Amino acid sequence: MNLKHRLNEFDLASRFGDAFKIRQKPPLETLSTGIREVDELTGGLPRGAITEIFGPASSGRTSMMFSMLAYATRHEEVCALVDINDVFAPTAAAAAGIDFDRLLWIRCGDTLENAFKATDLLLHAGGFGLVILDMGDVAAKDARRIITSWWYRFRRTIENRPTSILVLSEEACTRSCAALTLELSGTPEWSQASAEQTNVVPLRKSAPVKRATVTQGNLLRFNSIKVNRQRPLSPWRNEDQFRAHLAS
Amino acid sequence: MFACIHAPNLAADLSLAEFAYGFSPVVEEVAGRTVVIDVEGCELLFGSAYELANDVARRAKEPRANGGLEGSVNVAIAANPDAAIHAATRLKGVTFVSPAEELICLGEFPIEALEFSLVNVEKKLAGEIFETLRLWGILTFQDFAALPVAGVSERLGQEGIRLQQLAAGKTERHLKVKQPAPVFSHSIELDHALYELEPLSFIFARLLNQLCATLNAYALATNELTLHMQLEDQTSHDRTLSLPHPMRDHKVFLKLLVLEMEKQPPQAAVKAVSITCDPVKPRVIQNGLFVPLAPAPDKLELTLARLTKLVGDQNVGSPVLLDTHRPDAFSVKRFELRNLKFEIRNSKLTVGFRMFRPPLRAVVQVDRGLPAQISAWGKQRSVYGKVVDVAGPWRTTGDWWRDDRWARDEWDVAVVPNKRDEQVLYRIYRELNTDTWFVEGAYD
Repeated sequence: MNLKHRLNEFDLASRFGDAFKIRQKPPLETLSTGIREVDELTGGLPRGAITEIFGPASSGRTSMMFSMLAYATRHEEVCALVDINDVFAPTAAAAAGIDFDRLLWIRCGDTLENAFKATDLLLHAGGFGLVILDMGDVAAKDARRIITSWWYRFRRTIENRPTSILVLSEEACTRSCAALTLELSGTPEWSQASAEQTNVVPLRKSAPVKRATVTQGNLLRFNSIKVNRQRPLSPWRNEDQFRAHLAS
Repeated sequence: MFACIHAPNLAADLSLAEFAYGFSPVVEEVAGRTVVIDVEGCELLFGSAYELANDVARRAKEPRANGGLEGSVNVAIAANPDAAIHAATRLKGVTFVSPAEELICLGEFPIEALEFSLVNVEKKLAGEIFETLRLWGILTFQDFAALPVAGVSERLGQEGIRLQQLAAGKTERHLKVKQPAPVFSHSIELDHALYELEPLSFIFARLLNQLCATLNAYALATNELTLHMQLEDQTSHDRTLSLPHPMRDHKVFLKLLVLEMEKQPPQAAVKAVSITCDPVKPRVIQNGLFVPLAPAPDKLELTLARLTKLVGDQNVGSPVLLDTHRPDAFSVKRFELRNLKFEIRNSKLTVGFRMFRPPLRAVVQVDRGLPAQISAWGKQRSVYGKVVDVAGPWRTTGDWWRDDRWARDEWDVAVVPNKRDEQVLYRIYRELNTDTWFVEGAYD
C-alpha cells in the first residue's frame, strides 16, 4: 500500500512537477517573551502566527506586554502597538526598558474598526517583528462581535513571515485563529517598599508605603497562566526525524 | 561644418551660448566669449553655411530685446571646430575656411596663437614646445605644419604631433555639447479647472513621471516634494512632502500626494499644477546579515501616510518622554527608522499600567482618612466597588508658577467590583486645588 502510494506520488511528480510533492513545514520560529518562566512554559511567541493573551483587569496582561516589547525592541526588532482605548502609559513603559525609537504607537480613539484597519496596514507593510493589538479595555460583548474573517485575514497575511501578532483582550476572541493562547488570572503582588525605592515621601507615618510590584518570579507565582496551543511546536525538524522517533 | 562665434566685447550679463542656441541645438562653450556650433543640417532654415555666418553676424548687432548681443562678433566657418576657433579668434568679421585649405587661412598665424588646451596639452609643456620651435626658426602655423611628422614625433613626442595637427587644421573631434541645466520642476496649466481628486491624480502621475525620469537620468533622488496648485479663486494651495529617505519611485510619490490631498483638499477648483523636488544623492546602505528585518522605507512611508489619514496626525508616531515630573507627560514624534542606535538597556519586569485618558471623575467615600468605597463612570469604562486594600498617599506638586500647575495626593487601591471576586488595582488621586477625586488608571 505504502509502495503503491509512493509510486503514485512519483508518477504525479513526473507529470506535474513539485505541485504534488509533500512539503515539510519549517520549524516554527519564536520570539522570546522576556520572562524565562513563560518562555519555558510556552516556548515563546510563535512568529508568523497570532498569540492571544486574555484575562481580567489587573491579571498581568500589560506587564507581560511590556516585557515582550522591551525584549523585542532591545533585540532590534521594529514593533507596533495598536492602542484602541489610548491606555498605553509611556512612563511605565520606559521603566520596563522599552526602546521607543523602535516602537510605532497608533492610538485609535476607541474605534475598533480603525484599529483593525491599522493592524491590517501594518501587517501588509511587512518588516515588523511584533505587532500588538491592545483590546484590553474593549468590552467583552464588543470583542465577541468581531467577525472571524478578520482574524483569518491576519493569520493568512503573516503566514511565512517573521511577524508575530499579539492580541490582548479581556475574553478570548480570536477563536481558532490563535496559535497560542494564554489565559491569565490573579493580581500582582503588593510589596513593601522603602521611601528610597518609591522615591516619594509618605504624608503620614502610619500610612503603609507600598506599591504594586511584580518580579520575574512572582508573575507566575501569583498569576496563573493556562496555555492552549492550536499549532504545537514540533520538536522534529523533518519527516525523517519524526519517523525515527516513531520507530524508537 | 562648424561655426565659431567669438564676441570680444560681450556684455557681462549676456550669454553667448543662449544666443547660439537660436541657430543650432549643438553648442560647445569654449570660453565665456567663444562658442562653436554644429551647422550641419541647418541649410533649410538658414541657407548655406556662408549665409548662416552672415545671419549670425547681423543678428548679433541687434538689441538685446530682439535676442541680439548689441555688438559685433567674429564668425568663422570651417570643416573642423578647432580651425573655426582659431579663425574666429584671430580674424575679424565673417571668415569662411574651405575644407582642406585651412592653412591658406590659418597659415600666417604666429605659433604662440595655438590653443594648446584644445588638444589636452599642458601649459608648461606647450610653452617648452613653443620655445623649441622658436629656436628652430618655426614661427607660424604653416612652418610647423610643414615639418615631417616622424621628426616631430621623435623630438617633441605625442604632444608635438597633436599640436602640429592643430596648426594644420586637421584635428578630428566631436563637440563637447553644453548640456542644459537639469530642471527638477514640472508644471501644467489646465484648459478646464478640475474639482475632483481622481482626475487630478492623473495630472500628478504625468508630472511625477517626468520628474522621476529626470532624477533617474542624473542618478539622483529627492527627499522633498513641493506641490503648488493655482486655484480658480485666484489663491494657491501648497503642500510639501518631506521624506525620511531620498527616493525616486513615482508610484510611491503619487500615492503619498493623493493621500496628502485627501487629508487636506484644496478649497477651490484647480487651474494649474506644479511639482518641484529638491535633488539629493540617493541613499546607499548595506544591511548586516544578522540585523533583524525592518520595514522597507518606501512601504513604511506609505503605511504611515495611510495610518495618519485613518487616525490623525497626532495619533501615529513614537512616544517621547518629556523632561518634567508632570504625570503622564509625553509627546509623540514622527516614527523614523534612521539613525537608530543600539543601546544596552536594562529591562526589568515592572508592573504594567493602563492609563485612562481622560481620567475618570470619581466619588470616593473616605473612612478615617482612607478611601473606602469608590464609584466612577465614563463613556467607555466604569469603576465601582469596595476598597479592600490601600496604599498611599503620595503627594506630588509642580509648575506652581503656571496656570496648569498640578497638586495631588495619589493612592493605590485594590477594589473588589460588585458580583466579582478578583481584585482590581487602580491608581486614584485627589486634586488638592479642587478637592476632586479621579481614577488615573489601572495596574495590570
